[in-house]
Amino acid sequence: MTLPWSSMDQFFVDTKDFIMTQAQRVLPEWSLPWLSILVTVGAIAAIAPAIMMYLTWIERKVIARIQNRLGPNRVGIYGLAQPLSDGLKMLTKEDIVPDGADKLLHLIAPILSVVPAILLFAVLPFGRNMVAVDLNVGLLYVLAVSSIGSYAIFMGGWASRSKFSLLGAMRAVAQIISYEVPSVLSVVVVIMIAGTLSTVGIVEAQSRHWFITTPWGFVAGIIFFLSGVAEVNRTPFDMPEAESEIVAGFHTEYSGMKFALWYMAEFLEAFAISAFTTTFFLGGWQGPRIPVWPVLLVGALVIATAVGLGRPLRVLGVLACVGLAVACAKDVVPSWAWFLAKTYALVFVLVWFRGTLPRLRVDQLMGLAWKGFLPLSLVNIFAAGLWATMPGFAGGLVSLVILVASFFFLVRVNAPAPLERRTYLFAD
Amino acid sequence: MLGIGVIKGMLVTLREFVGTYPAGRWLLARLGQPRGQGLVTIQYPEVKQVHPERFRYFPFLVFDSTKDNLRCVACKICEQECPPACIFIERADDEQGRPMKSNGRPFPKTFNIDTSICMSCRICVDVCPFDAIEMDKEFELASADRFPSMTYRKEELLKSNEYFQQIRPKESAGVDARLAAKAKKPAPAPAATGATPATPSTGQTASSSTSTGAADGPAPTGTPPTPTPPPQTPPNPGVGTGGSAP
Repeated sequence: MTLPWSSMDQFFVDTKDFIMTQAQRVLPEWSLPWLSILVTVGAIAAIAPAIMMYLTWIERKVIARIQNRLGPNRVGIYGLAQPLSDGLKMLTKEDIVPDGADKLLHLIAPILSVVPAILLFAVLPFGRNMVAVDLNVGLLYVLAVSSIGSYAIFMGGWASRSKFSLLGAMRAVAQIISYEVPSVLSVVVVIMIAGTLSTVGIVEAQSRHWFITTPWGFVAGIIFFLSGVAEVNRTPFDMPEAESEIVAGFHTEYSGMKFALWYMAEFLEAFAISAFTTTFFLGGWQGPRIPVWPVLLVGALVIATAVGLGRPLRVLGVLACVGLAVACAKDVVPSWAWFLAKTYALVFVLVWFRGTLPRLRVDQLMGLAWKGFLPLSLVNIFAAGLWATMPGFAGGLVSLVILVASFFFLVRVNAPAPLERRTYLFAD
Repeated sequence: MLGIGVIKGMLVTLREFVGTYPAGRWLLARLGQPRGQGLVTIQYPEVKQVHPERFRYFPFLVFDSTKDNLRCVACKICEQECPPACIFIERADDEQGRPMKSNGRPFPKTFNIDTSICMSCRICVDVCPFDAIEMDKEFELASADRFPSMTYRKEELLKSNEYFQQIRPKESAGVDARLAAKAKKPAPAPAATGATPATPSTGQTASSSTSTGAADGPAPTGTPPTPTPPPQTPPNPGVGTGGSAP
């Protein structure tokens, strides 16, 4: 029997094809589409909780390192089994529903929040040919499905019949709706340039250059990512679950597995935000479009001649650089590895934000969305239009100038009025 | 410019993050950056923190050479001074209510300290005239039940002077020197009745020791050198140090 795998790049695709060809022999014709769906959905449904569990681990580890601690390291090597033990703990905990709560809504809300988070994975191109459904309205689907989460949050806050929950839910809805606007407007430029709504099409449109390398793409990417951070209620935009103000916000009254579901939704959405930023702006599953290998070879040379480094370090560094250079030149890094690497880099940035930035005030939060991101993304659409219609460098230059100028203009306009010097009438 | 402060803050946390890895520390040193604090976690059960000499947690009773040679004479000063009242002392008495002696001194029959009440204030050590009680460094006192295992009895509190010297070299050297000086000086004290007004510290200890002795009869009838009013009459039992009352 020949191995079913043609290359590492197509490892998962080939695996599924192999399963399907084997199944063709034993299963009736009508069941094959269903099996295909089952395999894909099963894979996603199995991977999503695993991703969530290890996101918690990554978050705790990185935050700990930022705070000069070690983080979880007791359960398993490097604490790798910590998510499992946390999951077990959550499963065995008592499920408390407050008196006077709407029991049905209280149950449905966390489920409703997880479902859209997992649904997002359907149109996520993990690698070349690795997408569950290549919807031709993929981007619209992403925007539509991701905003269902706010219903779930408000439902949970309402059903708990607790003031903290309701306050958190109100904040969450206000925040999510506000940030939806700049988020959508910032991906409009992607649709304009790529000419398609399909996520696969958008990735393929970046085969010449990643969108982040263009002026409008840079601005749109940052706006999209930061709006995404706000939409999934992560620090520094974690007003809805600000533990120092309103206990835990909308999930104050949740415990046990329902609470775990809230967390799962939150982490999956954080992952999805990183993944879609990668897809729309960072070239998705494509490797870097500039030839990296000469750079890496120069790096190897530098390391080889670096005096003051230990010999083993130098040898290791040279080997690593040469290996990376060969890998990039030969394009042996699988597409899904590129995708995951970029996504996890963005996840790291999310955690890095959390380890650094304090929470914004409500007025700062809303001001950032309505007075900063919204006008900037509108200008950005104009800039992208100019970029697309003007030839060569002129378009890039003009859009860059427009964006920089409008950025400084917005900063100037939004600057808080300088306080007048206080005079004390009776102090002297 | 807007955002510069955020980026600066992000770089600070990134530096702390990178600085917790050996390779990262090397890299930061290369780049001429401050290396941050590095990992500060002590892996507690496996690695113990090194405590400074004056770290204290819970008192213990000092004995010299053998376990019945206690320095404590059951004077109950520490019991009275203890702010949370976690010390309970009973003197060993015979049937007539006179103190039994061991090595020429009264000794406690019961000496209990409740670990869960003790607040590690060290006042008992400060007030003890005999340097009989000292602070231990042992702090892993957790137990499964409240009574009786969190109440430490005399047997559990007894620790040798060598142990004291080992955990607190400096402090014990001072105590040993003081005790040696005391052992040399007031040796003839019971014979020479009130002839030697000693230094304030030894005077105080002598007064308290003799007063507890005098309270129960067959003590040496020497006048204790009380600092306040020089007693005109030989002290009768019970007035001891507070002899100004009648």
